[in-house]
Amino acid sequence: MNGISKLALKESQIMKIHYITGILALFVVAVHILMRLVVPYSSSLEYAHVIANYHNIFYAILLESILVLISIHGFNGVRVILLELRQSKIWENSVTITTIIAMIVLVSYGTRTIILANGLGL
Amino acid sequence: MRELDNMTVKSDKKAGCDPRDDSFDLKKTTLRVFRTNTAQGKDSHFDSLVVPVQRWTTVLDSLLYAKSYLDSSIGIRYSCRMASCGSCGMKINGIPRLACYTKISELEDPVVVCEPLPNFPVIRDLVTDFTQFFNHHKSINPYIQNLNYDKTEKIDEVSSSHSHRQSREEVDKYLQFSYCIKCGLCYSACPTVATDTKFPGPQALAQLYRYYADSRDAGKNRLNIVDDRHGLWRCHFAGSCSKVCPKGVDPALGIQLLRSYMLGISKDKRNV
Amino acid sequence: MKMLGQKNNRDNREGLKGWLNPLRYGWERVSYWLQRLTGIFLLVYFVGHVFETSSLVGGRNAWDTMLEMTQTTWGHTFLIMVIGASTFHSANGIRLIFTHVGIGLGKPGRPDYPYYPSSLNTRQRSGIWIALILTAVAMLYGANVLLGGD
Repeated sequence: MNGISKLALKESQIMKIHYITGILALFVVAVHILMRLVVPYSSSLEYAHVIANYHNIFYAILLESILVLISIHGFNGVRVILLELRQSKIWENSVTITTIIAMIVLVSYGTRTIILANGLGL
Repeated sequence: MRELDNMTVKSDKKAGCDPRDDSFDLKKTTLRVFRTNTAQGKDSHFDSLVVPVQRWTTVLDSLLYAKSYLDSSIGIRYSCRMASCGSCGMKINGIPRLACYTKISELEDPVVVCEPLPNFPVIRDLVTDFTQFFNHHKSINPYIQNLNYDKTEKIDEVSSSHSHRQSREEVDKYLQFSYCIKCGLCYSACPTVATDTKFPGPQALAQLYRYYADSRDAGKNRLNIVDDRHGLWRCHFAGSCSKVCPKGVDPALGIQLLRSYMLGISKDKRNV
Repeated sequence: MKMLGQKNNRDNREGLKGWLNPLRYGWERVSYWLQRLTGIFLLVYFVGHVFETSSLVGGRNAWDTMLEMTQTTWGHTFLIMVIGASTFHSANGIRLIFTHVGIGLGKPGRPDYPYYPSSLNTRQRSGIWIALILTAVAMLYGANVLLGGD
Protein backbone atom coordinates (compact mmCIF):
# COMPACT_ATOMS: atom_id res chain seq x y z
CA MET A 1 0.00 0.00 0.00
CA ASN A 2 2.98 2.27 0.68
CA GLY A 3 4.12 1.92 -2.90
CA ILE A 4 0.66 2.92 -4.14
CA SER A 5 0.47 5.97 -1.91
CA LYS A 6 3.86 7.10 -3.26
CA LEU A 7 2.31 7.02 -6.74
CA ALA A 8 -0.71 9.01 -5.63
CA LEU A 9 -0.99 12.46 -7.14
CA LYS A 10 -1.73 15.52 -5.09
CA GLU A 11 -5.23 16.86 -5.56
CA SER A 12 -3.84 20.04 -7.13
CA GLN A 13 -1.99 17.94 -9.73
CA ILE A 14 -5.14 15.93 -10.46
CA MET A 15 -7.18 19.09 -10.91
CA LYS A 16 -4.54 20.61 -13.20
CA ILE A 17 -4.91 17.48 -15.34
CA HIS A 18 -8.70 17.92 -15.13
CA TYR A 19 -8.54 21.49 -16.49
CA ILE A 20 -5.98 20.67 -19.20
CA THR A 21 -7.86 17.58 -20.44
CA GLY A 22 -11.07 19.66 -20.47
CA ILE A 23 -9.57 22.40 -22.63
CA LEU A 24 -7.84 19.97 -25.00
CA ALA A 25 -10.99 17.85 -25.30
CA LEU A 26 -12.91 20.94 -26.37
CA PHE A 27 -10.55 21.46 -29.31
CA VAL A 28 -10.40 17.85 -30.48
CA VAL A 29 -14.16 17.36 -30.18
CA ALA A 30 -14.66 20.59 -32.16
CA VAL A 31 -12.47 19.17 -34.96
CA HIS A 32 -14.36 15.84 -34.75
CA ILE A 33 -17.71 17.62 -35.20
CA LEU A 34 -16.43 19.95 -37.93
CA MET A 35 -15.23 16.91 -39.90
CA ARG A 36 -18.81 15.68 -39.79
CA LEU A 37 -20.24 18.98 -41.01
CA VAL A 38 -18.20 19.11 -44.24
CA VAL A 39 -20.52 16.48 -45.73
CA PRO A 40 -24.34 16.21 -45.40
CA TYR A 41 -25.33 14.73 -42.04
CA SER A 42 -26.87 11.49 -43.33
CA SER A 43 -23.99 10.68 -45.68
CA SER A 44 -21.47 11.38 -42.91
CA LEU A 45 -22.87 8.30 -41.17
CA GLU A 46 -22.57 5.95 -44.13
CA TYR A 47 -20.43 2.91 -43.44
CA ALA A 48 -17.95 3.58 -46.24
CA HIS A 49 -17.49 7.19 -45.20
CA VAL A 50 -16.93 6.30 -41.56
CA ILE A 51 -14.44 3.53 -42.38
CA ALA A 52 -12.61 5.92 -44.70
CA ASN A 53 -12.30 8.31 -41.80
CA TYR A 54 -10.82 5.58 -39.60
CA HIS A 55 -8.29 4.77 -42.33
CA ASN A 56 -6.96 8.30 -42.10
CA ILE A 57 -4.23 7.93 -39.48
CA PHE A 58 -4.57 11.56 -38.33
CA TYR A 59 -8.28 11.13 -37.78
CA ALA A 60 -7.65 7.89 -35.90
CA ILE A 61 -5.17 9.70 -33.65
CA LEU A 62 -7.74 12.47 -33.16
CA LEU A 63 -10.36 9.90 -32.09
CA GLU A 64 -7.92 8.22 -29.74
CA SER A 65 -7.05 11.53 -28.13
CA ILE A 66 -10.76 12.35 -27.68
CA LEU A 67 -11.19 8.95 -26.07
CA VAL A 68 -8.32 9.44 -23.64
CA LEU A 69 -8.98 13.11 -22.81
CA ILE A 70 -12.71 12.75 -22.19
CA SER A 71 -12.27 9.52 -20.23
CA ILE A 72 -9.79 11.19 -17.88
CA HIS A 73 -11.84 14.37 -17.55
CA GLY A 74 -15.19 12.63 -17.24
CA PHE A 75 -14.24 9.90 -14.78
CA ASN A 76 -12.31 12.35 -12.64
CA GLY A 77 -15.44 14.50 -12.57
CA VAL A 78 -17.47 11.50 -11.39
CA ARG A 79 -14.80 10.73 -8.78
CA VAL A 80 -15.10 14.27 -7.43
CA ILE A 81 -18.90 14.05 -7.21
CA LEU A 82 -18.79 10.64 -5.52
CA LEU A 83 -16.08 11.69 -3.04
CA GLU A 84 -18.32 14.51 -1.92
CA LEU A 85 -21.25 12.20 -1.29
CA ARG A 86 -19.81 10.03 1.46
CA GLN A 87 -16.69 10.14 3.58
CA SER A 88 -14.95 6.99 4.71
CA LYS A 89 -11.66 5.40 3.81
CA ILE A 90 -13.33 2.37 2.20
CA TRP A 91 -15.72 4.51 0.12
CA GLU A 92 -13.03 6.94 -0.99
CA ASN A 93 -10.55 4.24 -2.00
CA SER A 94 -13.29 2.25 -3.75
CA VAL A 95 -14.38 5.32 -5.69
CA THR A 96 -10.80 6.08 -6.77
CA ILE A 97 -10.06 2.50 -7.82
CA THR A 98 -13.42 2.01 -9.57
CA THR A 99 -13.13 5.22 -11.60
CA ILE A 100 -9.56 4.36 -12.65
CA ILE A 101 -10.64 0.87 -13.71
CA ALA A 102 -13.69 2.25 -15.58
CA MET A 103 -11.42 4.74 -17.33
CA ILE A 104 -8.97 2.01 -18.40
CA VAL A 105 -11.78 -0.30 -19.60
CA LEU A 106 -13.42 2.45 -21.68
CA VAL A 107 -10.13 3.58 -23.23
CA SER A 108 -9.18 -0.03 -24.04
CA TYR A 109 -12.58 -0.79 -25.57
CA GLY A 110 -12.55 2.39 -27.67
CA THR A 111 -8.94 1.81 -28.75
CA ARG A 112 -9.88 -1.70 -29.87
CA THR A 113 -12.59 -0.20 -32.13
CA ILE A 114 -10.18 2.36 -33.57
CA ILE A 115 -7.45 -0.22 -34.26
CA LEU A 116 -9.81 -2.80 -35.77
CA ALA A 117 -11.70 -0.21 -37.86
CA ASN A 118 -8.37 1.15 -39.06
CA GLY A 119 -7.49 -2.29 -40.37
CA LEU A 120 -10.91 -3.06 -41.91
CA GLY A 121 -11.46 -3.17 -45.68
CA LEU A 122 -14.20 -1.07 -47.26
CA MET B 1 -35.33 68.98 26.03
CA ARG B 2 -38.76 70.20 25.02
CA GLU B 3 -37.27 71.37 21.72
CA LEU B 4 -35.65 68.03 21.15
CA ASP B 5 -39.01 66.26 21.67
CA ASN B 6 -40.68 68.52 19.13
CA MET B 7 -37.94 67.86 16.64
CA THR B 8 -38.41 64.10 16.97
CA VAL B 9 -42.16 64.37 16.47
CA LYS B 10 -41.63 66.56 13.42
CA SER B 11 -39.17 64.19 11.82
CA ASP B 12 -41.47 61.19 12.35
CA LYS B 13 -44.46 62.79 10.65
CA LYS B 14 -44.64 60.11 7.92
CA ALA B 15 -48.13 58.53 8.13
CA GLY B 16 -48.33 55.18 9.91
CA CYS B 17 -44.75 55.29 11.19
CA ASP B 18 -45.03 56.99 14.53
CA PRO B 19 -46.40 54.80 17.37
CA ARG B 20 -47.69 57.99 19.05
CA ASP B 21 -49.79 58.77 15.98
CA ASP B 22 -53.46 57.64 16.01
CA SER B 23 -53.12 56.36 12.46
CA PHE B 24 -50.25 54.09 13.45
CA ASP B 25 -50.84 50.74 11.85
CA LEU B 26 -49.55 47.82 13.90
CA LYS B 27 -49.32 44.84 11.57
CA LYS B 28 -49.09 41.24 12.62
CA THR B 29 -47.15 38.38 11.15
CA THR B 30 -47.02 34.66 11.77
CA LEU B 31 -43.78 33.13 12.90
CA ARG B 32 -43.41 29.44 12.19
CA VAL B 33 -40.69 28.29 14.55
CA PHE B 34 -38.95 24.91 14.28
CA ARG B 35 -39.09 23.08 17.61
CA THR B 36 -37.10 20.05 18.70
CA ASN B 37 -35.03 18.79 21.56
CA THR B 38 -32.42 16.26 20.49
CA ALA B 39 -31.27 15.47 24.05
CA GLN B 40 -34.78 14.38 25.02
CA GLY B 41 -35.32 12.65 21.68
CA LYS B 42 -38.48 14.62 20.95
CA ASP B 43 -39.97 14.71 17.47
CA SER B 44 -39.58 17.97 15.60
CA HIS B 45 -42.53 20.17 14.72
CA PHE B 46 -43.35 23.80 13.89
CA ASP B 47 -45.08 26.19 16.28
CA SER B 48 -47.06 29.09 14.81
CA LEU B 49 -46.91 32.32 16.78
CA VAL B 50 -48.59 35.60 15.84
CA VAL B 51 -46.43 38.61 16.68
CA PRO B 52 -46.81 42.38 16.14
CA VAL B 53 -44.54 43.83 13.49
CA GLN B 54 -43.42 47.34 12.65
CA ARG B 55 -41.49 48.48 9.62
CA TRP B 56 -38.17 48.13 11.45
CA THR B 57 -38.88 44.88 13.33
CA THR B 58 -36.22 42.24 12.76
CA VAL B 59 -36.80 38.50 12.92
CA LEU B 60 -34.78 38.44 16.15
CA ASP B 61 -36.99 41.18 17.64
CA SER B 62 -40.10 39.16 16.87
CA LEU B 63 -38.57 35.93 18.18
CA LEU B 64 -37.66 37.70 21.42
CA TYR B 65 -41.20 39.12 21.60
CA ALA B 66 -42.57 35.59 21.17
CA LYS B 67 -40.16 34.30 23.83
CA SER B 68 -41.15 37.08 26.25
CA TYR B 69 -44.93 37.05 25.82
CA LEU B 70 -46.03 33.86 24.06
CA ASP B 71 -43.72 30.92 24.70
CA SER B 72 -40.68 31.28 26.93
CA SER B 73 -39.36 27.83 26.01
CA ILE B 74 -38.23 28.78 22.48
CA GLY B 75 -34.49 28.06 22.17
CA ILE B 76 -32.51 30.78 20.36
CA ARG B 77 -28.93 31.96 20.58
CA TYR B 78 -28.22 35.67 20.24
CA SER B 79 -26.07 38.34 21.76
CA CYS B 80 -25.22 41.68 20.14
CA ARG B 81 -28.39 42.26 18.05
CA MET B 82 -26.33 44.23 15.51
CA ALA B 83 -24.67 41.68 13.19
CA SER B 84 -21.39 41.74 15.04
CA CYS B 85 -21.32 38.56 17.11
CA GLY B 86 -22.64 36.05 14.55
CA SER B 87 -24.77 34.15 17.08
CA CYS B 88 -28.28 34.37 15.66
CA GLY B 89 -27.77 32.67 12.29
CA MET B 90 -30.78 30.61 11.20
CA LYS B 91 -32.64 29.57 8.08
CA ILE B 92 -35.29 32.23 7.50
CA ASN B 93 -37.75 31.51 4.69
CA GLY B 94 -35.38 28.97 3.18
CA ILE B 95 -32.18 31.07 3.19
CA PRO B 96 -29.50 31.21 5.91
CA ARG B 97 -29.56 34.72 7.42
CA LEU B 98 -28.79 36.54 10.66
CA ALA B 99 -32.08 37.03 12.54
CA CYS B 100 -30.90 40.42 13.86
CA TYR B 101 -30.00 41.59 10.36
CA THR B 102 -33.22 40.55 8.62
CA LYS B 103 -36.18 42.88 8.73
CA ILE B 104 -39.55 41.15 8.45
CA SER B 105 -40.81 43.94 6.17
CA GLU B 106 -38.01 43.10 3.69
CA LEU B 107 -39.03 39.45 3.50
CA GLU B 108 -42.36 40.45 1.90
CA ASP B 109 -44.02 37.27 3.12
CA PRO B 110 -46.95 37.04 5.55
CA VAL B 111 -45.39 33.99 7.18
CA VAL B 112 -41.82 33.90 8.49
CA VAL B 113 -40.42 30.38 8.78
CA CYS B 114 -37.49 30.06 11.19
CA GLU B 115 -35.45 26.85 11.12
CA PRO B 116 -32.03 25.94 12.50
CA LEU B 117 -29.04 26.46 10.19
CA PRO B 118 -28.69 23.55 7.76
CA ASN B 119 -25.41 21.58 7.85
CA PHE B 120 -25.07 22.16 11.61
CA PRO B 121 -26.24 19.51 14.10
CA VAL B 122 -29.31 20.75 15.99
CA ILE B 123 -29.13 21.03 19.78
CA ARG B 124 -32.56 22.49 20.50
CA ASP B 125 -35.08 24.48 18.45
CA LEU B 126 -33.03 27.11 16.57
CA VAL B 127 -29.77 26.45 18.42
CA THR B 128 -27.12 24.50 16.49
CA ASP B 129 -23.78 22.93 17.39
CA PHE B 130 -20.77 24.77 15.91
CA THR B 131 -18.09 22.32 17.14
CA GLN B 132 -17.38 20.86 13.70
CA PHE B 133 -17.39 24.29 12.09
CA PHE B 134 -14.90 25.66 14.60
CA ASN B 135 -12.75 22.53 14.25
CA HIS B 136 -12.46 23.21 10.53
CA HIS B 137 -11.57 26.81 11.33
CA LYS B 138 -8.85 25.71 13.75
CA SER B 139 -7.44 23.18 11.30
CA ILE B 140 -6.21 25.93 8.94
CA ASN B 141 -4.09 27.52 11.71
CA PRO B 142 -5.93 30.84 11.86
CA TYR B 143 -3.12 32.95 13.25
CA ILE B 144 -0.05 34.68 11.91
CA GLN B 145 2.98 32.41 11.76
CA ASN B 146 6.27 34.21 11.69
CA LEU B 147 9.01 32.14 13.29
CA ASN B 148 11.84 34.34 12.03
CA TYR B 149 10.44 37.29 13.83
CA ASP B 150 9.86 35.36 17.04
CA LYS B 151 13.38 33.95 17.16
CA THR B 152 15.64 36.68 15.89
CA GLU B 153 13.98 40.04 16.38
CA LYS B 154 14.67 41.88 19.56
CA ILE B 155 11.43 42.82 21.25
CA ASP B 156 12.03 46.48 21.46
CA GLU B 157 9.68 49.18 20.35
CA VAL B 158 11.52 50.13 17.16
CA SER B 159 12.00 46.66 15.70
CA SER B 160 8.51 45.43 16.54
CA SER B 161 6.85 48.48 15.01
CA HIS B 162 9.06 48.14 11.95
CA SER B 163 8.33 44.46 11.42
CA HIS B 164 4.58 45.01 11.48
CA ARG B 165 4.51 47.87 9.03
CA GLN B 166 2.21 47.25 6.07
CA SER B 167 1.29 49.35 3.09
CA ARG B 168 -2.36 50.12 2.34
CA GLU B 169 -2.21 47.73 -0.64
CA GLU B 170 -0.90 44.94 1.57
CA VAL B 171 -3.73 45.51 4.05
CA ASP B 172 -6.35 45.61 1.31
CA LYS B 173 -5.33 42.11 0.21
CA TYR B 174 -6.73 40.51 3.34
CA LEU B 175 -8.75 43.11 5.23
CA GLN B 176 -12.21 42.18 3.97
CA PHE B 177 -11.64 38.54 4.92
CA SER B 178 -10.74 39.52 8.45
CA TYR B 179 -14.28 40.92 8.88
CA CYS B 180 -15.59 37.33 9.18
CA ILE B 181 -17.74 36.95 12.30
CA LYS B 182 -17.95 33.14 12.08
CA CYS B 183 -21.73 33.16 11.92
CA GLY B 184 -21.76 29.97 9.81
CA LEU B 185 -24.15 31.25 7.12
CA CYS B 186 -21.69 30.49 4.30
CA TYR B 187 -21.07 26.99 5.69
CA SER B 188 -24.81 26.50 5.75
CA ALA B 189 -25.38 27.65 2.16
CA CYS B 190 -22.47 25.71 0.60
CA PRO B 191 -23.61 22.80 -1.60
CA THR B 192 -20.38 20.86 -0.97
CA VAL B 193 -20.68 21.14 2.81
CA ALA B 194 -24.23 19.76 2.38
CA THR B 195 -22.73 16.32 1.70
CA ASP B 196 -19.01 16.48 2.51
CA THR B 197 -18.24 16.46 6.24
CA LYS B 198 -14.48 16.67 5.68
CA PHE B 199 -14.62 19.74 3.43
CA PRO B 200 -13.44 22.72 5.51
CA GLY B 201 -16.12 24.97 4.05
CA PRO B 202 -16.03 28.53 2.76
CA GLN B 203 -15.37 30.15 6.12
CA ALA B 204 -12.21 28.19 6.91
CA LEU B 205 -10.87 28.43 3.36
CA ALA B 206 -11.47 32.19 3.18
CA GLN B 207 -9.65 32.51 6.51
CA LEU B 208 -6.78 30.48 5.12
CA TYR B 209 -6.53 33.04 2.33
CA ARG B 210 -6.77 35.84 4.88
CA TYR B 211 -3.61 34.61 6.65
CA TYR B 212 -1.89 33.48 3.48
CA ALA B 213 -2.28 36.93 1.90
CA ASP B 214 -1.06 38.73 5.00
CA SER B 215 2.44 40.08 4.37
CA ARG B 216 3.34 39.48 8.03
CA ASP B 217 2.70 35.75 7.72
CA ALA B 218 5.49 33.33 6.82
CA GLY B 219 3.69 30.01 7.39
CA LYS B 220 5.29 27.50 5.00
CA ASN B 221 2.74 24.72 5.08
CA ARG B 222 -0.49 26.64 4.65
CA LEU B 223 -1.50 25.47 1.19
CA ASN B 224 -0.57 21.83 1.81
CA ILE B 225 -3.17 21.66 4.58
CA VAL B 226 -5.99 21.95 2.06
CA ASP B 227 -4.40 20.22 -0.95
CA ASP B 228 -6.20 16.91 -0.49
CA ARG B 229 -9.33 15.04 -1.56
CA HIS B 230 -11.64 17.08 0.65
CA GLY B 231 -9.74 20.35 0.62
CA LEU B 232 -9.73 23.47 -1.48
CA TRP B 233 -10.53 21.67 -4.74
CA ARG B 234 -13.98 20.67 -3.61
CA CYS B 235 -15.12 24.27 -4.03
CA HIS B 236 -16.93 24.61 -7.36
CA PHE B 237 -17.66 28.32 -7.17
CA ALA B 238 -21.42 28.09 -6.68
CA GLY B 239 -21.07 31.49 -4.99
CA SER B 240 -23.81 30.82 -2.42
CA CYS B 241 -21.39 31.57 0.44
CA SER B 242 -20.78 35.09 -0.83
CA LYS B 243 -24.47 35.56 -1.49
CA VAL B 244 -25.46 34.96 2.14
CA CYS B 245 -22.45 36.56 3.90
CA PRO B 246 -23.79 39.42 6.06
CA LYS B 247 -20.41 41.19 6.35
CA GLY B 248 -19.30 41.46 2.72
CA VAL B 249 -16.45 39.01 3.28
CA ASP B 250 -16.97 37.29 -0.11
CA PRO B 251 -15.51 33.88 0.81
CA ALA B 252 -15.81 32.68 -2.81
CA LEU B 253 -13.34 35.36 -3.89
CA GLY B 254 -10.84 34.34 -1.21
CA ILE B 255 -11.09 30.67 -2.20
CA GLN B 256 -10.55 31.36 -5.91
CA LEU B 257 -7.57 33.62 -5.14
CA LEU B 258 -6.12 30.92 -2.91
CA ARG B 259 -6.53 28.45 -5.76
CA SER B 260 -4.69 30.74 -8.15
CA TYR B 261 -1.72 30.64 -5.74
CA MET B 262 -1.93 26.87 -5.55
CA LEU B 263 -1.97 26.58 -9.34
CA GLY B 264 1.05 28.86 -9.53
CA ILE B 265 -0.83 31.50 -11.58
CA SER B 266 -0.40 34.11 -8.85
CA LYS B 267 3.20 34.23 -7.71
CA ASP B 268 3.82 33.49 -4.06
CA LYS B 269 6.08 35.77 -2.13
CA ARG B 270 7.28 32.87 0.02
CA ASN B 271 7.87 30.21 -2.66
CA VAL B 272 5.79 27.71 -0.72
CA MET C 1 -8.81 17.73 5.96
CA LYS C 2 -7.44 16.64 9.29
CA MET C 3 -10.10 17.16 11.93
CA LEU C 4 -9.31 18.16 15.47
CA GLY C 5 -11.21 15.69 17.61
CA GLN C 6 -14.93 14.88 17.35
CA LYS C 7 -16.09 12.46 14.74
CA ASN C 8 -17.86 13.77 11.69
CA ASN C 9 -21.49 14.45 12.36
CA ARG C 10 -23.93 14.25 9.46
CA ASP C 11 -26.89 15.40 11.54
CA ASN C 12 -28.91 18.12 9.75
CA ARG C 13 -26.67 18.10 6.64
CA GLU C 14 -28.78 19.11 3.66
CA GLY C 15 -27.48 16.13 1.70
CA LEU C 16 -28.10 15.66 -2.02
CA LYS C 17 -31.13 17.93 -2.02
CA GLY C 18 -28.72 20.69 -0.99
CA TRP C 19 -27.27 20.77 -4.49
CA LEU C 20 -30.19 19.36 -6.43
CA ASN C 21 -32.25 22.51 -5.74
CA PRO C 22 -30.64 25.38 -7.68
CA LEU C 23 -33.30 28.03 -7.17
CA ARG C 24 -32.34 29.67 -3.89
CA TYR C 25 -29.02 31.40 -4.41
CA GLY C 26 -28.98 33.08 -7.81
CA TRP C 27 -27.39 32.39 -11.18
CA GLU C 28 -24.05 31.11 -9.88
CA ARG C 29 -25.82 28.27 -8.10
CA VAL C 30 -27.81 27.49 -11.28
CA SER C 31 -24.54 27.35 -13.21
CA TYR C 32 -23.01 25.00 -10.60
CA TRP C 33 -26.05 22.74 -10.84
CA LEU C 34 -26.11 22.70 -14.65
CA GLN C 35 -22.35 22.10 -14.86
CA ARG C 36 -22.73 18.98 -12.71
CA LEU C 37 -25.80 17.60 -14.43
CA THR C 38 -24.46 18.22 -17.94
CA GLY C 39 -21.14 16.63 -16.91
CA ILE C 40 -22.81 13.44 -15.72
CA PHE C 41 -25.13 13.37 -18.73
CA LEU C 42 -22.23 13.83 -21.17
CA LEU C 43 -20.20 11.03 -19.58
CA VAL C 44 -23.20 8.69 -19.88
CA TYR C 45 -23.56 9.72 -23.53
CA PHE C 46 -19.81 9.29 -24.14
CA VAL C 47 -19.82 5.72 -22.78
CA GLY C 48 -22.86 4.97 -24.95
CA HIS C 49 -21.20 6.58 -27.98
CA VAL C 50 -18.04 4.49 -27.59
CA PHE C 51 -20.26 1.42 -27.35
CA GLU C 52 -22.45 2.30 -30.38
CA THR C 53 -19.49 3.10 -32.64
CA SER C 54 -17.89 -0.23 -31.73
CA SER C 55 -20.52 -1.82 -33.99
CA LEU C 56 -18.23 -0.73 -36.85
CA VAL C 57 -16.01 -3.74 -36.25
CA GLY C 58 -19.01 -6.04 -36.81
CA GLY C 59 -19.12 -4.96 -40.45
CA ARG C 60 -21.63 -3.03 -42.58
CA ASN C 61 -24.71 -4.94 -41.35
CA ALA C 62 -23.96 -4.36 -37.68
CA TRP C 63 -23.31 -0.67 -38.36
CA ASP C 64 -26.58 -0.27 -40.32
CA THR C 65 -28.55 -2.07 -37.58
CA MET C 66 -27.08 0.30 -35.00
CA LEU C 67 -27.99 3.28 -37.20
CA GLU C 68 -31.56 2.03 -37.51
CA MET C 69 -31.80 1.91 -33.74
CA THR C 70 -30.29 5.30 -33.04
CA GLN C 71 -31.25 7.47 -36.03
CA THR C 72 -34.84 7.95 -34.91
CA THR C 73 -36.71 11.07 -33.80
CA TRP C 74 -36.05 10.15 -30.17
CA GLY C 75 -32.40 9.46 -30.95
CA HIS C 76 -32.11 12.85 -32.61
CA THR C 77 -33.86 14.58 -29.71
CA PHE C 78 -31.35 12.94 -27.40
CA LEU C 79 -28.50 14.15 -29.63
CA ILE C 80 -29.88 17.72 -29.51
CA MET C 81 -29.73 17.49 -25.71
CA VAL C 82 -26.14 16.25 -25.99
CA ILE C 83 -25.30 19.25 -28.20
CA GLY C 84 -26.85 21.60 -25.63
CA ALA C 85 -25.15 19.90 -22.68
CA SER C 86 -21.72 19.91 -24.32
CA THR C 87 -22.03 23.56 -25.37
CA PHE C 88 -23.01 24.67 -21.87
CA HIS C 89 -20.44 22.47 -20.15
CA SER C 90 -17.68 23.82 -22.41
CA ALA C 91 -18.60 27.51 -22.30
CA ASN C 92 -19.29 27.54 -18.58
CA GLY C 93 -16.25 25.31 -17.98
CA ILE C 94 -13.99 27.90 -19.62
CA ARG C 95 -15.53 30.61 -17.42
CA LEU C 96 -14.93 28.43 -14.36
CA ILE C 97 -11.30 27.74 -15.27
CA PHE C 98 -10.74 31.50 -15.50
CA THR C 99 -12.37 32.05 -12.10
CA HIS C 100 -10.43 29.16 -10.56
CA VAL C 101 -7.22 30.93 -11.44
CA GLY C 102 -8.54 34.21 -10.05
CA ILE C 103 -9.33 35.98 -13.34
CA GLY C 104 -12.48 38.11 -13.71
CA LEU C 105 -13.41 38.20 -10.05
CA GLY C 106 -12.32 41.68 -9.04
CA LYS C 107 -9.87 42.51 -6.30
CA PRO C 108 -10.31 42.28 -2.56
CA GLY C 109 -10.92 45.67 -0.99
CA ARG C 110 -12.62 47.41 1.90
CA PRO C 111 -16.29 46.38 1.95
CA ASP C 112 -18.85 49.16 2.36
CA TYR C 113 -22.50 48.67 3.22
CA PRO C 114 -24.58 47.58 1.33
CA TYR C 115 -22.23 44.77 0.48
CA TYR C 116 -21.97 43.48 -3.07
CA PRO C 117 -19.59 40.53 -3.30
CA SER C 118 -17.14 41.29 -6.08
CA SER C 119 -16.84 37.63 -7.09
CA LEU C 120 -20.53 37.56 -8.04
CA ASN C 121 -20.13 40.42 -10.47
CA THR C 122 -21.87 41.21 -13.75
CA ARG C 123 -18.97 39.78 -15.74
CA GLN C 124 -19.51 36.37 -14.14
CA ARG C 125 -23.28 36.55 -14.54
CA SER C 126 -22.88 37.60 -18.16
CA GLY C 127 -20.60 34.60 -18.64
CA ILE C 128 -23.38 32.31 -17.42
CA TRP C 129 -25.96 34.01 -19.65
CA ILE C 130 -23.64 33.80 -22.66
CA ALA C 131 -23.17 30.08 -21.98
CA LEU C 132 -26.96 29.66 -21.85
CA ILE C 133 -27.49 31.65 -25.05
CA LEU C 134 -24.79 29.66 -26.87
CA THR C 135 -26.49 26.48 -25.64
CA ALA C 136 -29.82 27.58 -27.07
CA VAL C 137 -28.23 28.57 -30.39
CA ALA C 138 -26.32 25.27 -30.65
CA MET C 139 -29.46 23.28 -29.87
CA LEU C 140 -31.45 25.17 -32.51
CA TYR C 141 -28.71 24.57 -35.07
CA GLY C 142 -28.55 20.90 -34.08
CA ALA C 143 -32.33 20.60 -34.35
CA ASN C 144 -32.20 22.17 -37.79
CA VAL C 145 -29.57 19.70 -38.99
CA LEU C 146 -30.95 16.59 -37.29
CA LEU C 147 -34.70 17.09 -37.54
CA GLY C 148 -34.96 19.49 -40.48
CA GLY C 149 -33.49 17.11 -43.06
CA ASP C 150 -30.56 17.82 -45.38
